[in-house]
Amino acid sequence: MNNKFNFSSKFRLANIFSLILFLSSILFILFKGLNYGIDFKGGTLIELRSTSIDASEIRSELNKMNLGDVNVKKFGQEGDFLIKVEQKENNGNKIIPQIKKKLSNNLNTEINFRRVENVGPKVSSELLKSGIIAISLSLAAMLFYIWIRFEWQFSIGSIIALFHDVVITLGIFSVLSLEINLSIIAAVLTIVGYSMNDTVVIYDRIRENLNKYNRLNISEIADLSINDTLARTIITSITTLLALLSIFILGGEILRGFSLAMILGVVIGTYSSIFVASPMLKFFKVTYKTLEKEEEKIVP
Amino acid sequence: MLNFSKINTLIIYFIFFFVAIFTFLNFQTNDNSYIDKKINLGLDLQGGSYLLLEINSDSLIQEKIQDKVIPLKKLLKENKIDYSNFKINNQSLSLNINDLDKFDLLFNSRKDNSVNPYIDNYRSYELTYKKISNNLVEIMFSKYGLLTINNSALKQSIEIVRRRIDDVGTKEPTILQRGEKRILIELPGLKDPERIKALLGKTAQLNFRLVSENSEFGTDKLISENDEKLNVSKRIIMSGENLIDAQPNINNQNNEPTVSFTLDRLGAQKFGRATTDNVGKRLAIVLDGEIVSAPSINEAITSGSGMISGNFSFQEATDLALLLRSGALPTPLKVVEERTVGPDLGEDSIKSGTTSLIIGFILVILFMFYKYKIFGLIANTALIANLLMLIGILTILEATLTLPGIAGIILTVGMAVDANVLIFERIREELKTEKSIIHAFDTGYTKAKITVLDANITTLIAAIILFAFGSGPVKGFAITLGIGIITTLFTAYFLARHLTSLVVLNTKNKEIKI
Repeated sequence: MNNKFNFSSKFRLANIFSLILFLSSILFILFKGLNYGIDFKGGTLIELRSTSIDASEIRSELNKMNLGDVNVKKFGQEGDFLIKVEQKENNGNKIIPQIKKKLSNNLNTEINFRRVENVGPKVSSELLKSGIIAISLSLAAMLFYIWIRFEWQFSIGSIIALFHDVVITLGIFSVLSLEINLSIIAAVLTIVGYSMNDTVVIYDRIRENLNKYNRLNISEIADLSINDTLARTIITSITTLLALLSIFILGGEILRGFSLAMILGVVIGTYSSIFVASPMLKFFKVTYKTLEKEEEKIVP
Repeated sequence: MLNFSKINTLIIYFIFFFVAIFTFLNFQTNDNSYIDKKINLGLDLQGGSYLLLEINSDSLIQEKIQDKVIPLKKLLKENKIDYSNFKINNQSLSLNINDLDKFDLLFNSRKDNSVNPYIDNYRSYELTYKKISNNLVEIMFSKYGLLTINNSALKQSIEIVRRRIDDVGTKEPTILQRGEKRILIELPGLKDPERIKALLGKTAQLNFRLVSENSEFGTDKLISENDEKLNVSKRIIMSGENLIDAQPNINNQNNEPTVSFTLDRLGAQKFGRATTDNVGKRLAIVLDGEIVSAPSINEAITSGSGMISGNFSFQEATDLALLLRSGALPTPLKVVEERTVGPDLGEDSIKSGTTSLIIGFILVILFMFYKYKIFGLIANTALIANLLMLIGILTILEATLTLPGIAGIILTVGMAVDANVLIFERIREELKTEKSIIHAFDTGYTKAKITVLDANITTLIAAIILFAFGSGPVKGFAITLGIGIITTLFTAYFLARHLTSLVVLNTKNKEIKI
């Protein structure tokens, strides 16, 4: 690619844009909250298939049972429904056979219970805790890895970019009230890996170019490096998005949330490697001298 | 970077074929082949039930601390330690003792201490005491005493859970300990876990106790199967521990389903004596605190076998016999997590997973060919090899493939080309300044190496952490993603590089476009 874009002139604008997105995401997560699924909130989930009933019938039947907060919605193809019952103290063991019996008997139709999940309050809080630990640990591991491979400025820069990606992805999930379950945690961790991957490629080139052209300032180096690697950044994003779109459209209802999170993450991660991670180096006033110090340390 | 010795080439292709060949084991239909390795399908793909059970040892601890009362009193008496205000609390004992020093010496003596034994494994006593006020002490289980009780209850529960599940006859159940208090059960192919849940939900503590005429001291008020209020003596004549066998039967006289049982020698003796002494009285058969039936004793039963009737359906009789055969659980079990997938949803998931894998694969291959032409073909060959190796390794490891695992494979397809894209783009740059084509390819590979490695290690770190913290299906995703990275590095840096070298070296001095 010979096209040279002047990315660094847009850094300030992009940073304001990112900051607004980041802060509003935090506000949404804090005040609107995340829509936790039963994995993290506890409760019962039933997926059923039946040809001749509709959601309102199921709903009115369940409301008669006095289960508390019940949510019935269509799910995937015609005749598929998803029922969610909020966790109540100690109802877990008995509630499922009761619901099954009630629905089969009272709605006079064959019901295929395709999926039944029940997560107790203790387990759900443990799952949430281990999810948060996993994400924090992956961020810490990335911070450490980049700190070993590069200088601390690069390490901090890349972590800020990762935070940016994770928070905005979750912010969008909050705005759209999309469900956060175990597979979303997997998606977030993969986003962390992918976004880091993208950042490392650009950082690698910045390091190389700093050594090569020590008369250029960091903005020029960043511009040069981003342009050098731009073709790769775009092509890899496209192939990854092609694979993800295939999962999103054809992979079925269960993988939809996961693939959506990944698609958002890939787009945001690609953006952040260019417009968040790279300006951070400018902010830290990285020059070729930053690297020389490192080399002196390694080769005494 | 483009020179391969014959031996290197050989090794590369040998590794590739050796791993890739395992992929095809998954397609063979006959089971009696030499190497019987296959990828396992997770419960979300083949259908089945996952249950996580938790033991609740509160009642057990209560029982165990009560068992200490008599030996403790005896010990204190024998050693002439005066005590007063002896109280049995929920999970502890409290008493007033004047001579605390003497008590301490006795309580924490290692020799022949039957009240408070020393547990060598943990280097700790079973009990501990706390001084509440001047002379008042509270005795309870120590941390390790509790751990020992928990552990043995859990081990015993697992054994009984296994017996009950085996008795129901599901195929290939997995029953594992999870942590200090939990049992993980996987039942592939099981469509409805309700019967198993019901069977595991009963502790099945069986007692034979006499019904007394009046509500004197030492009786429980229980309701019989005919809604009769009965006073049942607390004294246990015989319990389920003395049972050797139990089978469902049909009573010849009234065609009612019953459960016949056989007792061991000790049980037969106890049962014989009790029935001889109490002819004419009623005997209550109590299961988990509820009366199953309370028949009258017509004659002494000394044969060591008997029959329980109680308005059962045949299914109920079968289940009761099963519970009695498998023995009582030491503590109640509670289902704390349950995930059941029906077989048709599993099939649908396999279908949609495979479809999206094939379509995603075709899209990526078309795009790469469009973008890099001949080198796109090389990248695509590497991609196919990558997929074969990935599935091959999963087969060798007999890993469990889940729906998120399939998503991991698709994602690997999308991200695997990155390594080759990085390399090709680098070569493109080198070609701009470098006159010698071979040299340009060579430096392209060399310079891209670090970047490719760095970029893939970051994803590998994420996959490893996910594997360590994820549960169930998500773990399947971490496995495919992690192995995918390793096969990606191999195929990009060995296979694709070798193919590239063949193309480059055989078109010497001609124009090569990338």
